[in-house]
Amino acid sequence: MSGDRLDGLSVRDVRVSFDGFTAVDGVSLEVPAGDIRFLIGPNGAGKTTLVDAVTGLVRATGSVRFGDQELLGRPVHRISRLGIGRTFQTSTVFEELSVVQNLDIAAGARRSWVTLARRRRGIPDEVAAALETIGLTGRTDQLAGTLAHGQKQWLEIGMLLVQDARLLLLDEPVAGMSHEERDATGALLETVSRDRTVVVIEHDMDFLRRFARSVTVLHAGKVLSEGTVAQVQADPRVQEVYLGHPVDAGAVPSGLEA
Amino acid sequence: MTAVTPAPPDTAVRQAPAGAVPPNPPGGRSRLRAAAGFAFGAALLFAVAPLVLSDFRLALLAKYLCVAMVAVGIGIAWGRGGMLTLGQGVFFGLGGYAMAMHLKLADAGPGGMPDFMQLYGQLDELPLWWRPFASPWFALPATVLLPMAVAFGLGSLVFRRRVRGAYFAILSQALAAAMVILLIGQQGTTGGTNGLTDIQGFFGYDLDDPVNQRMVYFIIAAVLLALLALARQLIHSRYGELLVAVRDGEERVRFLGYDPASVKLVAYVVAAGMAGLAGALFVPAVGIISPALIGIVPSIEFVIGVAVGGRATLLGPVLGAVAVAWARTALSERFPGTWTYLQGLLFVVVVAFLPGGLASLWALTRHRAPGPASDRRGWSPLGRRRGDRAEVPAA
Repeated sequence: MSGDRLDGLSVRDVRVSFDGFTAVDGVSLEVPAGDIRFLIGPNGAGKTTLVDAVTGLVRATGSVRFGDQELLGRPVHRISRLGIGRTFQTSTVFEELSVVQNLDIAAGARRSWVTLARRRRGIPDEVAAALETIGLTGRTDQLAGTLAHGQKQWLEIGMLLVQDARLLLLDEPVAGMSHEERDATGALLETVSRDRTVVVIEHDMDFLRRFARSVTVLHAGKVLSEGTVAQVQADPRVQEVYLGHPVDAGAVPSGLEA
Repeated sequence: MTAVTPAPPDTAVRQAPAGAVPPNPPGGRSRLRAAAGFAFGAALLFAVAPLVLSDFRLALLAKYLCVAMVAVGIGIAWGRGGMLTLGQGVFFGLGGYAMAMHLKLADAGPGGMPDFMQLYGQLDELPLWWRPFASPWFALPATVLLPMAVAFGLGSLVFRRRVRGAYFAILSQALAAAMVILLIGQQGTTGGTNGLTDIQGFFGYDLDDPVNQRMVYFIIAAVLLALLALARQLIHSRYGELLVAVRDGEERVRFLGYDPASVKLVAYVVAAGMAGLAGALFVPAVGIISPALIGIVPSIEFVIGVAVGGRATLLGPVLGAVAVAWARTALSERFPGTWTYLQGLLFVVVVAFLPGGLASLWALTRHRAPGPASDRRGWSPLGRRRGDRAEVPAA
């Protein structure tokens, strides 16, 4: 069920403006294939807008390449078909469809009209594999709207897996989750990153320390700092942005937000 | 991952709100139940109704069943696809006029002109655009294909521009108004306000003969059953699941790699085809098609029947449409003038207090335990979930 090749994301000088307000102001970053990159930054830093630009939801200038494909300028559903999948801050599963129906729809964007006109028989292989990965095998026929919050988020990730997304852009996947759910989500990210590239927007610093392989800090639409978790934590500029004043190196910006 | 306890097998069924697609049933049994249901419906329509109803009442039932066909289409477009179409009269009218034009020409005989054209007397010969309708090979397919083509053209423009919700409803209603104005304005070639009336024959059969009226009723009943079978297949197909997904999260579907505009377009075009077919069969059943039968008011009445019956179910729209049409006849015979108010009240009450329609009452008694909060929340007249987060802004 994995993508056939592993690609990285390359963002160059991306700018997004809304009516004169520049939300993303010349961001460049490289996410190597197979990375788990965390995007952090204060509210309004442009994290979600950057993901919106990559997925075609907002118009942007500059260049966004995934593998050898330029993404900017394509409509949302075409970008999706190139293997870019995303989740949103709030859960957006189809609540009145069952778990398996949700996954089956996510798996089907390339289906022909003839296939669409027929009934689904049984559970397709890739859907069964995703159910296994996200731990919802026992809840196949349950309506997605009746799942627990954490399970909905996993279902979202499962939908990206069957969609065959090779770049996963996750917007606050562990917000509102319990500790156990966060651990399970982190383990899930490590599993899926074996053959995919993952970008996570997250405010939860504890989660970040445990699962990030690299971090980019955005501030006021620009890249403020980039590197490993330790490098970023040690960066005085990051501490200044988060705490309003420089602090001793080594201090941990914890519980910064959220 | 964390261990999950398997849900009891009947959980999904018990919790299903009215709008949910039944989790893919294990083929055999549901299919058997559906077949039994169709057999029951067929027995009711083909054996019981002709036995117990007078010719007059049977003719009325034929008329109601035509309205029910429109309702099946609205159930797909609105109940499943979230497109509140307040202009199905347009497609009903296109089908009806196409059929009526053919029958008028057949009544007039080869080379003849329909009576009303001679009456208004401005035309020496048949207008060009009437001519193809002399051939049944053109007119009959046109009753379905013409509405579908118009729906395709309109839908392509509208859905790609992401017009939806109330805007779509108003637009579709404006279309019904425009069509009526056009028909009335072109009195010389369309019959104007009177419409096309006094249709005598139906492919060689005299429509005044009760036996032939009965035949028309049987055709209508058979077509309705066929449309129901088609709708059932559509609802249970992968496309049907996708359509519900588009209704509940259009932007999310886009991020899964689908173009929601095409998904909605198919449902809208199918609904238009069904309305066209209904209009075409309405003409021999009632003997007339006129602007008053296809304008804004009838278009809204189509929707009321669907809302009352339960828009997201297969049978709800049909039963609702027949019930409302029957109530209209019964009540307006006794209390002329009050029906319009009653109808309005009915619509408000259903939308406010019983958003799933009468079908949801049935589901409640059947399962006892009503679903969780999602039971109510799932229903707003425009197909969006109340309390849901605002749609993702489009660039």
